[in-house]
Amino acid sequence: MSARVTRATALRVLTQLRRDPRTIVLLLGVPPFLLTLLKGAYHQDPETFQHIGGPLVGLFPFTTMFVVTSITMLRERTTGTLERLMSMPLAKLDLLFGYGIAFAAVAVVQAGVTSAVAFGPLGLDVVGSTAAVVALAVGNALLGMSLGLFVSAFARTEFQAVQFMPAFVFPQLLLCGLFVARDEMIGALQIVSDTMPLTYAYEALESVTATGSLGSRGTLDVSVIAGATVLLLAAGAATLRRRTA
Amino acid sequence: MLGPAMGSDAAIAVDGLRVRRGGNPVLHGLSFAVRRGRVTGLMGPSGCGKTTLMRAVVGVQIVESGRVEVLGAPAGTAALRPRVGYVTQAPSVYGDLSVRENLRYFARVLGAPRERIEATIATVALGEQADQVVNSLSGGQQARVSLATALLGEPDLLILDEPTVGLDPVLRRDLWGTFRSLAQAGTTLLVSSHVMEEAEHCDELLLMREGELLAAEGPDALRRRTGRERLDEAFLALIEAGEGDE
Repeated sequence: MSARVTRATALRVLTQLRRDPRTIVLLLGVPPFLLTLLKGAYHQDPETFQHIGGPLVGLFPFTTMFVVTSITMLRERTTGTLERLMSMPLAKLDLLFGYGIAFAAVAVVQAGVTSAVAFGPLGLDVVGSTAAVVALAVGNALLGMSLGLFVSAFARTEFQAVQFMPAFVFPQLLLCGLFVARDEMIGALQIVSDTMPLTYAYEALESVTATGSLGSRGTLDVSVIAGATVLLLAAGAATLRRRTA
Repeated sequence: MLGPAMGSDAAIAVDGLRVRRGGNPVLHGLSFAVRRGRVTGLMGPSGCGKTTLMRAVVGVQIVESGRVEVLGAPAGTAALRPRVGYVTQAPSVYGDLSVRENLRYFARVLGAPRERIEATIATVALGEQADQVVNSLSGGQQARVSLATALLGEPDLLILDEPTVGLDPVLRRDLWGTFRSLAQAGTTLLVSSHVMEEAEHCDELLLMREGELLAAEGPDALRRRTGRERLDEAFLALIEAGEGDE
């Protein structure tokens, strides 16, 4: 591994993103827009908005970075730049960490903008600190990135990669406890949701926004987010092949 | 003739190379050597296995059997990565970055000094387009960005897959001139083409057809052996002679 190559890769990914202002607008504009819609939709039931709005701020980067990473990685594969990099003196970790640094930076900005809008004009109130929500958001962004990196290896086309979003992200969102409390679900679904990393991400966010601390399961939650990220990165690294058929 | 002449001057030594892709045999046991400091042309029609052979030499191709040695080490070894430059047929650069940004990134990956960026831009004659985004360039210009990337690290061996396809004739001549001066400076070049006219620019030729090697010799030797002045006719004569043997 080399700090020079990792840094160069992070800069390169950020430069590519900067070349695409529409994507930047969407990255930064869509989450506040959706939260605004949500506030409007729940205007009869502001308590529910208060309850799910806070965690959502921290979950947006997960979905965004999943999509952005899987498409970017697929492009590296289909345009041959990945093969070129693999034939150069570049360690796989340089590439993965470079991506990680770039997307973590984007996640900080995205979560910062989203929480500024949510906790400002939208009047969302959380017990915990905004910084803790942003920190968890960045962790979730890295989790989404590693998942996107890993599954991109199984997509041959951008159509497939886009479909991975409903396939891999929606079930986690539906079962993480955001829409329905997990103890109200049937037993089988509870077990399924136990195996999904986003469940722990939601639990941590829910705890921070509602009580101000990570709570009794905080260590477990943070370890699962971090552990799943590392595991998925390792699995993603295994899909980066120097030799192909 | 096709026996592996594996002396110390061989930049590439291939022995009994077999490759399958998608279950089908693509290379049927090739053996040859490529000498250092020469321009070797890998000629043959589309689909004859040129790209697969080049990928095996670079070390990105999974091979079934056989030995591929590059600069004295097994192909694809980590130590070879800075020493071998590979340009794929489709330009593999970032379309959403400018020419200079692409080269700056790859220079950092290769650990090449900054001056190399401007030097390679000049070599491929893209000075005026240096700050243009690659996607906005013509196909030929994009191909030259890809070539420039491979030149950055001043590799000992350059593997170029159809580098002159679709280029303006003047530019094509200039590029062959560039290849020549690189070879004079000691670089070994393996350049593929499906246009036999280009064989003229090479010191040595590897003629391929349907995954087999038909000939490995210089243009003049090929002319003498087949009795044909034009290299495309010489190639045809070889194919016909081969079919007669069967």
